[in-house]
Amino acid sequence: MNIFTEFKEGMSISWGAIRANKMRSILTTLGIVIGILTVTLMGTAIEGLNSAFLSSISFIGADVLYVHRYNWMAHSHEEWMKMQKRWPITLAQGAMLEKSLTLARAVTPSADAQLPIKFNNRRSDSVRIVGTTEGFLVTSGIGISQGRFMSPTEIEGGRPVCVLGTDVSSNLFQHGSALGNKVRIGNSSFEVVGVLEKQGSFLGQMSLDNQAIIPLKQFIASFQSNPDFTIQVKVKQLEQLDDAREELRVAMRKIRRLAPNDPDDFAINQQDQFVEMFHKVAGTIAAVGLFITGLSLFVGGIGIMNIMFVSVAERTREIGIRKAIGAKRRTIMMQFLIEAATICLLGGLIGLALAWPITFIIQKFLPATLSMTVMGIAIAVSLVTGVLSGFFPAWRAACMNPVDALRNE
Amino acid sequence: MPLIRLDKISRRYQMGSETIHALREVSVGIERGEYVAIMGPSGSGKSTLMNLVGCLDTPTSGQYELNGVQVGQMDDNQLAEIRNREIGFIFQTFNLLPRSDALRNVELPLIYAGVPAAERREIAQTTLRNVGLGDRMHHRPNELSGGQRQRVAVARALVNKPSLLLADEPTGNLDTKTGNEILALFEELSLQGHTIIIVTHEEDVARHARRIIRIRDGLIASDEPVTDRLRPTPTTPTAPTDS
Repeated sequence: MNIFTEFKEGMSISWGAIRANKMRSILTTLGIVIGILTVTLMGTAIEGLNSAFLSSISFIGADVLYVHRYNWMAHSHEEWMKMQKRWPITLAQGAMLEKSLTLARAVTPSADAQLPIKFNNRRSDSVRIVGTTEGFLVTSGIGISQGRFMSPTEIEGGRPVCVLGTDVSSNLFQHGSALGNKVRIGNSSFEVVGVLEKQGSFLGQMSLDNQAIIPLKQFIASFQSNPDFTIQVKVKQLEQLDDAREELRVAMRKIRRLAPNDPDDFAINQQDQFVEMFHKVAGTIAAVGLFITGLSLFVGGIGIMNIMFVSVAERTREIGIRKAIGAKRRTIMMQFLIEAATICLLGGLIGLALAWPITFIIQKFLPATLSMTVMGIAIAVSLVTGVLSGFFPAWRAACMNPVDALRNE
Repeated sequence: MPLIRLDKISRRYQMGSETIHALREVSVGIERGEYVAIMGPSGSGKSTLMNLVGCLDTPTSGQYELNGVQVGQMDDNQLAEIRNREIGFIFQTFNLLPRSDALRNVELPLIYAGVPAAERREIAQTTLRNVGLGDRMHHRPNELSGGQRQRVAVARALVNKPSLLLADEPTGNLDTKTGNEILALFEELSLQGHTIIIVTHEEDVARHARRIIRIRDGLIASDEPVTDRLRPTPTTPTAPTDS
């Protein structure tokens, strides 16, 4: 008998056995359904989190380097304290940097502060006010949905104009356009010349649409005379990011007059740092989460193994008959393995069918996507669970002595 | 060359610290086309002999040649193949698969022999018709009478055209009338040239065969032809034709 007919026979025999013990099959399958459901939902949540994170940090830009006094990722309190003692980065250093870099497309200084914005009696608290120059459009890759960005003249002259994020705009101006209106930021009045495109939020928390952009000179004049600048450097080509970073570091050390043995007294931040940290954290969450949910699948697998042992025991006589008539070990083994795998596969499919609508519900609260990958893995895992947990019972059946098996009542 | 040749076959079992000698150096030959009854009280070793002849078990020592092939030292899978090809079993308790209908039960040996689906259906149907169950093919065992069940078992035993039919108390679970019908069926099969071995403890059943081998304490006590054969009068309207 070839392997294909053997498989076909195994399928029809197992299907008959599963149907003959409906209640038992349902209960056993339930264990796998719950196992696959939890694992799938966990996988879904992890994938959702991943893709949400990557899309939400895309605003940082993979090809932009941020020169700042602080490193975004302080690894310890001491490191943080040390960074606080560094000299601030000045506008003049930014200007020198712009002259010395060859691999940069744009070099833009910026400074920010959290301030409330008011329009008539409506107000938005703690909006991120960014003071910057025209290069910001290039380095941030931000788009304008209404009006325009600040003009070079306005930036040069430090005119009281601003470009609002969509959330700020829609909050302050519920009816009609924000353009041309005057808003109050702190104690100064600014004319709205443009509204930014919707950016989305960073991990569902810090909204990038909750910001207002004003000329850097105006920012210095109105809010902070000596702010902590960030110099944004967009490189010409992403492939040259590492070279550009090195060039930037050397230039910055020269500008800050560091002796060859001095450590850097500034940080060059980039998107990778976030991605790296995120992968570390998310990897741990994923491992722990999948382990815990995997336990429930494991329990389901034990249930299958248990019921398969029962099934083998109560069909001892049938096994004896089949062996007497000419079934080989492999044939019997296959029969029970397929039975276990079928129960698990059914459980897996039902689990997925349940996970589908539940994912939609979760999406209302958390980022979640049920991808083909997760579905494929879930089905593979359920099959493997079936084969693994069915192995020992099937082996016991296959090795039965036909004489003893036939004598069994 | 005999179909079955047992040469100094012994079978010992280990029961705790005790060794049980179920068969002690039994030698016997059975020719093609013979109709033999093996008799003996329980514990005599006749079941052990049947299991060995049926290739369900292997001897502790001695040679067993079936249809020209040495089967004594074969492994599990080789024995399964031999059983499938050479032996048709008929059991006291019928041993049909309860969830499968008659046709499917009869098809089973063909499945294990690797006969393609269409062909095996055809063969199984013909064989069922030959034992007079042409109208019961899709009945499950629990929808059939005892006699009909045993006919399904006979059809299953015949379907692979084995060289040996091995029946273990085939009438033990049947009333006298149905038992006689089954024995009549055996008579027909014997006349058609099938080799049949019946294991029984009933004198009346054994006397339907042409030769009786009596076993006692693991040894052959006697082996002689039947002089006063019982001939069942065929009561079934549909006695099997050539299969």
